[in-house]
Amino acid sequence: MSTPPVSSILVFGWGNLSRGDDALGPLCMDHLRAAFADDSRVEFLDDYQLQVEHALDLVGRERVLFVDASLNCSAPFEVTPLRAAQDASFTTHAMSPQSLMQVFCDLQGGEPPPCTLLAIRGARFGLGEPPSAQALQHLDAALLWAKTWLEQTAEQADAPTCMN
Amino acid sequence: MNTSLETASPEAVAQGLRRVAIDPVSRVEGHGKVTILLDAQNKVQQVRLHIVEFRGFEKFIEGRPYWEVPVMVQRLCGICPVSHHLAASKAFDRVLGVVQATPSADKIRRLMHYGQVMQSNALHFFHLSSPDLLFGFDSEVNRRNIVGVAQAHPDIAKKGILLRKFGQEVIRATAGKRVHGTGSVPGGVNKHVSLEDRAMLLRDVDQMMAWAQDAVDIAKQLHGQNPALYNSFGSFRSNMLSLVRADGALDLYDGVIRARDADGKILFDGASDQGYLDLIEEEVKPWTYMKFPFLKSLGRDLGWYRVGPLARLQNCDFIPSPLAEAQRREFIAWGQGEPIHATLAYHWARMIEVLHCMEVIKDLLDDPDILSGDLMATGKRQRSGVGVIEAPRGTLIHHYEVGDDDLVTMCNLIVSTTHNNQAMNEAVRSVAREYLDGRELTEGLLNHIEVAIRAYDPCLSCATHALGQMPLDVTLVGPEGEVIDRVVKSQGELVHDLSGPTGLGV
Repeated sequence: MSTPPVSSILVFGWGNLSRGDDALGPLCMDHLRAAFADDSRVEFLDDYQLQVEHALDLVGRERVLFVDASLNCSAPFEVTPLRAAQDASFTTHAMSPQSLMQVFCDLQGGEPPPCTLLAIRGARFGLGEPPSAQALQHLDAALLWAKTWLEQTAEQADAPTCMN
Repeated sequence: MNTSLETASPEAVAQGLRRVAIDPVSRVEGHGKVTILLDAQNKVQQVRLHIVEFRGFEKFIEGRPYWEVPVMVQRLCGICPVSHHLAASKAFDRVLGVVQATPSADKIRRLMHYGQVMQSNALHFFHLSSPDLLFGFDSEVNRRNIVGVAQAHPDIAKKGILLRKFGQEVIRATAGKRVHGTGSVPGGVNKHVSLEDRAMLLRDVDQMMAWAQDAVDIAKQLHGQNPALYNSFGSFRSNMLSLVRADGALDLYDGVIRARDADGKILFDGASDQGYLDLIEEEVKPWTYMKFPFLKSLGRDLGWYRVGPLARLQNCDFIPSPLAEAQRREFIAWGQGEPIHATLAYHWARMIEVLHCMEVIKDLLDDPDILSGDLMATGKRQRSGVGVIEAPRGTLIHHYEVGDDDLVTMCNLIVSTTHNNQAMNEAVRSVAREYLDGRELTEGLLNHIEVAIRAYDPCLSCATHALGQMPLDVTLVGPEGEVIDRVVKSQGELVHDLSGPTGLGV
């Protein structure tokens, strides 16, 4: 499949807007997409969950930032460098970013770009619920960090390149 | 035939079997359940596939403005929303008095639909079924998934992923989004394909065509390498039903209804989709929420049938694209003059459809009508309409009635998996009789049952995106009605669990 020019930096958030604090990932994408609307060095993608085919969205990137809501991370958010790893997450709705990176290795025969996970602390994931007030505070704090990270990373990044 | 295994015989029950019924409380879609009754000699006396998916969707639709419905019904399914989107649009075309959409709308909808069938069929074969077929039904469970395929066969996995991705891009270009788009509306479509999107798709179409051909070859080779298994596993005779074009060609978007019997003889042909209620009736059974459709002309015992790729390829007279037609002829020849009833042949047929879809997509991308021309048609307002389409899993029927206030007053949906309900039960019984019969339940056995169910690509797995790991609950009941074993498999874990509720009642 041909590969059009891709932005050097990918920010990929996932979650469900209709499931309480699970909306933190896509909400974060909305804010960042608006803030960096004119920056061709950054691409923003979001989906309900990570799937195998998203491994190919990592191709050609210099840096990747994953964004997800988490029940387990410290409040307000945690930032973790990721390494490819095979786990059992592909059997569920929610494939882990580490497993996705492993699929990249298997398919591409090489290491994926450096990937970082921004996990934003959430608490309630009920169907039909809005995000909780506390989770939205965590989102504000995470956005401050993410904008700084993107500005610094984008300064070091190249313009969009063709991957053929 | 294994229909006798649906309910244990009175003689068997008199000797100590317990009659069981399912209590479908708090089950969610995506879960299947198999129950098995054994006699004192551990012979299988009863096997049931329970699908406890409660579909209240028809009621959600009632009272809504009709123009909302083609978007709303997409929430029925995360994998084949386009099929529901288009079936509803076709039904409401009829409500608007539109019998024939404009050339541009017809071709853009077809492009959307063939992109959808292509990506869904690719997803099913490569992501969900290829691990069983490539590694073996009894292979190591941790390896039997798409990630395992990516490790062992990265070239095959990559083709599967990219074929699916291409199909999703076709959907995005026509519907506006890869999932839950809004491109089709009652009376037509709301946008043309852009020049940019067409150019992007045309760049890859030849590569996708080549990979689709490779996919057919893989499926064919699997049959050739182990014909005894592929011909016999879960095999049983059945009627078959699908849409065909008026001239008998395969058509996934529109046509007339045709049915053949198990010998391949035509039962009826040329039937208007608007009159489906004259042809099909649905039976309700107390042990499952899913109905059992049957052909009225044959009655409930003999009238059940299969739909989907296996039925479509044998129901049509030819495929109107050269590469797929050549493959169809080879497929038909495999049957040596008899209809092919092997459950695993669904995979081969499904890949031939992928190739056909790619040929159609290529032709449509070269058609100027997708770039310009009238998008909407009008007609004399009617009170009801039926939309029938060949979804990836088989024939999909949407039927609506609309009041003068434009609100929907009645909705009836018969989805593909429902048509295949009896067939899936037959397949499970066949496999249980051949592979279980008195043995202890093992993960390998469970997977044999799953392989048979999965061949039909039922919505209960695809709608939950269960990547190769359909949640399954098998209960083994002894001659005195005691639960001997219960194995629950969910999220890849195989757990023997006798403590939890089995959902079985006397």
